[in-house]
Amino acid sequence: MEAESTASEALLHLTGVTAGYGAGLILKGVDLAVTKGEIVCLIGPNGAGKSTVLKTVSGLLRNAGGTVMFNGEDIGALPSRERLHRGIVHVPQDRSLFPTMTVWENVIMGAFILTNQALIRQRAEEVAEIFPIVARRRTAAAGSLSGGEQKQVELARSLMLDPALILLDEPSIGLDPKSRTSVFASIATLARDGRTVLLVEQNARSGLAVAHMAAVLEAGRVALTGTGQSLLEDPEVARLYLGASAQGPASALATSV
Amino acid sequence: MKFATTRAGLIRAGVFFLVLLVIPIVGGPGYLLNTLIFTIMYAALSSSWNLIGGYAGYPSLGHVAFFGIGAYATGIIFSDSVYGGYAPFFLLPVIGLGVAFMSIPIGWVSMRTRADVFAIVTITLLFITQTLAFNLKNVTGGAQGKSVAPAPFDVGTYDWPFYYAMLILLAIAMGISLYFRRSKIGLSLATVRADEDKAHGVGVRVTAVKLIAFAVSAGLVAMVGGVWAYYVGFIYPQFAVDPLITIGMVLMAFLGGRGTLWGPVLGAFILVPAQEYFAQAFGASELYLIAYAAVFLVIMLFLPRGILPSITERLARRRASAAGAARDGASPTPSALPTSEVKVVR
Repeated sequence: MEAESTASEALLHLTGVTAGYGAGLILKGVDLAVTKGEIVCLIGPNGAGKSTVLKTVSGLLRNAGGTVMFNGEDIGALPSRERLHRGIVHVPQDRSLFPTMTVWENVIMGAFILTNQALIRQRAEEVAEIFPIVARRRTAAAGSLSGGEQKQVELARSLMLDPALILLDEPSIGLDPKSRTSVFASIATLARDGRTVLLVEQNARSGLAVAHMAAVLEAGRVALTGTGQSLLEDPEVARLYLGASAQGPASALATSV
Repeated sequence: MKFATTRAGLIRAGVFFLVLLVIPIVGGPGYLLNTLIFTIMYAALSSSWNLIGGYAGYPSLGHVAFFGIGAYATGIIFSDSVYGGYAPFFLLPVIGLGVAFMSIPIGWVSMRTRADVFAIVTITLLFITQTLAFNLKNVTGGAQGKSVAPAPFDVGTYDWPFYYAMLILLAIAMGISLYFRRSKIGLSLATVRADEDKAHGVGVRVTAVKLIAFAVSAGLVAMVGGVWAYYVGFIYPQFAVDPLITIGMVLMAFLGGRGTLWGPVLGAFILVPAQEYFAQAFGASELYLIAYAAVFLVIMLFLPRGILPSITERLARRRASAAGAARDGASPTPSALPTSEVKVVR
């Protein structure tokens, strides 16, 4: 994925992005292009800066250097609220629902920045069709749901702004295998509707399997890019991040952590 | 979160204010109106505190500073005038607005901290204000205090203007609470109370909404302070900036249920009369404070979240279990566990 050549068609385009907390830089020049309608998966070891990339895109963290281009606009200086308005929604790694509010209220909160009540209601009904859990547990307190169910509601909520780009930070973390399967199925659903997803996933095998394109992040830089499938088959990637050889038994898919 | 104004709620509010409106006209024992003035005053203070302490989840312990500033504003402006008349009442909105604006930088600085630390930071506000009241002798009269121009009202109905002024302030505080709850401000505050970082994530203007709640709350408290100063006629630092006033408004909200519309009012209508009763029963000894504390301890032990939330929750649980029992009786398996969730388990 040559950054310059894809720049024109890329929905999101990071060039030489540096960012960090306090004095130290976590991202040391990230180049990444995300094409419209694709799922792009970022994998890499702990501390490589995967979550930091998402934060610089959603505005929870400002990039120190480089440019963050979205739809041809440099959004690097915009506050996160403005980026929400432009259709960038961030689903953070930790549970982000308001536990004492109901499932339905949480979904409605996803459209907080909108004012058209009719539109909000209509979106919520649509979202409830895609994510049945929303309709089924509508009046339950979000905190009473299991981790997997909460993640489904978070994904549902992320659709409330009809986003152009969804940033998913380790959506499968802490989930049992069954819930993980349904979360990845939901991610595939998101992309089928033409949305763009930038996914960070520790569970590299599942992440790569669902992704069109993927990038390996190492020590704050993109070390390798390719299609999800090509990285899955790359022996080096397999050795480092998949915990087994690429030629390993297919059953590893089901049991990998 | 949706807070509908129900018919029952409107009727409740209507009856409540109607009864309070006619009490002075109907009359009663001499101490009644005096006790009610302080009860309504605390209900208004507690309801105002509830905007920031309850809805936003920022338990300010320094609100009496704004009360004191409001009191001193009235005291200073009307100390020399021979005839105050109704003018101090008409000046209240100006005092309220002034203090609200003045409180914004204070809120901005103090709300960089949260929860317990915020409570401690705001306590310092109380002591700073009290110290200023003691030391700015030219303005406040220092420890000798400041006398407010005596009100020229009829002896028979002397208390009425103060009573209705407090009642109007309570109505305003409750009206603003209701408006907050039904508007996006209330929703924003609910998310701020739940988790500020998550609130940021969904696009809530966290700082702005906190400052609005803080400023409105401070302005209302200052207006109550202004009426109080005119009523008591004489103010001095440890009386106008009394930690007990702060504790009173906070405890009443906690007792009735913070973050609820009626909780602070209920708390005031229990605690203020109780306090008066104990003060009378135990005489001038400070023993009444112990009885006061004991009542509070008992209620907090059994209804830790405050009276209204505890009762509402208990009712909801009873209703849910009743509904659950009815459903179990009718059909044993449906809806509770969708089959698709069960069959995947290996």
